[in-house]
Amino acid sequence: MGLRAGLDRFWTWIDARTGIGVVGQLVKKKDVPIHRHTIWYYLGGMTLFLLLVQIGTGILLLFYYRPSADEAYESIQFLMAEVRFGWLIRSLHAWAANLMIFTLFLHLFSVLLLKAFRPPRELTWFSGVFLLTLALTFGFTGYLLPWNQLAYFATSVGTQITGAIPVVGQFLLRLLRGGDDITGATLTRFYAIHVALLPAATALLMGLHLWLVQRHGMSVPPGAVQSGNSKRTMPFFPNFLLRDLVGWLTALAILAALAAYLPAELGSKADPFAPAPAGIKPEWYFMFMFQTLKLLPAHIMGIEGEIVGIIGFGLAGLFLLLIPLMDRSSQSEKRSRLFTWITVAIIVYMVALTVIGYLVNPAA
Amino acid sequence: MVEPRPEISPPRRRFLNWVLGTSAGGLLASVFYPVLRYLIPPAAAEAASGAVTLPFKPDEMAANTGKIFKFGNRPGLLVRTAENELRAYSATCTHLACIVQYRPDLAHIWCACHNGHYDLNGRNISGPPPEPLEEFTVNVRGDQIVVGKRS
Repeated sequence: MGLRAGLDRFWTWIDARTGIGVVGQLVKKKDVPIHRHTIWYYLGGMTLFLLLVQIGTGILLLFYYRPSADEAYESIQFLMAEVRFGWLIRSLHAWAANLMIFTLFLHLFSVLLLKAFRPPRELTWFSGVFLLTLALTFGFTGYLLPWNQLAYFATSVGTQITGAIPVVGQFLLRLLRGGDDITGATLTRFYAIHVALLPAATALLMGLHLWLVQRHGMSVPPGAVQSGNSKRTMPFFPNFLLRDLVGWLTALAILAALAAYLPAELGSKADPFAPAPAGIKPEWYFMFMFQTLKLLPAHIMGIEGEIVGIIGFGLAGLFLLLIPLMDRSSQSEKRSRLFTWITVAIIVYMVALTVIGYLVNPAA
Repeated sequence: MVEPRPEISPPRRRFLNWVLGTSAGGLLASVFYPVLRYLIPPAAAEAASGAVTLPFKPDEMAANTGKIFKFGNRPGLLVRTAENELRAYSATCTHLACIVQYRPDLAHIWCACHNGHYDLNGRNISGPPPEPLEEFTVNVRGDQIVVGKRS
């Protein structure tokens, strides 16, 4: 019996007991539409690849990281200085996080502009928006874990904003910080959220998201449907998957170059009794919110500006989530200029405030 | 229908497969080599190579007693014998690395894990220990006890 025949028999044995062959059948049947917007289909896969990198490097970091105010900074110092390739693993984790959020935003906006949230894909959209929320929370909690000065004050500011939420703000603030201030208790909380809660939630939602994508197939944008060239397809396996792999390799190459040439820094250890250093800034993907809150006047119609800002972002998030239910034109496969313009406005707003944020505080 | 050209294609295909295979192998190696090296722990801080000053004074030790101290990252055992002499040993049992203790009733060193006995020269005299305990030098300078490795 040759190797090939042996593998075949093994596969048949497994399939008879698990029915896993269905997956293979689905993959074989799956087709990917070809049109001028096909390129945007690769962003989801790229984000998934970066998520896998995050899981791998994150597990590796757990081998050396110690989640306590006394030891966190020192354990990262040890990791960066003593452990072979410790700097590489940590830099990959930090860079892949940033790249993943970047591709996630590109994925979000491409789906918005191509109206891929049209029925029956509303739940796919909802799960995607929740996944984005999880990714941002991953970024926020992970930023504190090295317990350095910059992260300490960024987290202090970031959680302080929570306190401005009406009614439940103070309660949430204490819940998040594990007390009134940022202490070792905050660190263990963020650690638990970062390495246990969020990965579990992400796995569930990711499973749902991918299953729905598999179930409905790729969405063809209304424009491509109208021009009548939507009949052309390519098989998912191997044609699309191999192209996907090229995307993954590209992401890996960019990631490796960034990690090697711009390794993650550590800075100095957090000191609750030291004055805040210059250049306290959130991660770039929070910059537009940070800058908005800064630009708001102290009082708007008798309400504190910060509170108005937070309620505004809350409503904006809700609006984003509910777009598939509100966009009537897209629901009936018509062009939806209004929502295209809303999307463009969101993009312009986010980019502009991010740029302003970095220009206004050159040190930041 | 295009005739297959077996006299050209197989070598070309073999070459392409070889290129793809070695690239994939190189990629996997460049991913797994760092991971493997990362998982191998860096050399731990060396045990105290020279001498260690103990955190307690000579007159805190009564005759016929023993006390564990830190010798670098390993435990050591300081004993004041019934004859009022200070002696120091590695406290790691040579059998299965438990920490040994001084038994005033026996006036020698004993390991509780598997009933190993050592005399006051560190020699294994009874039970499973295969080798003697390493003995250290003890110097008293004023009210400080300095323990060092024998050269």
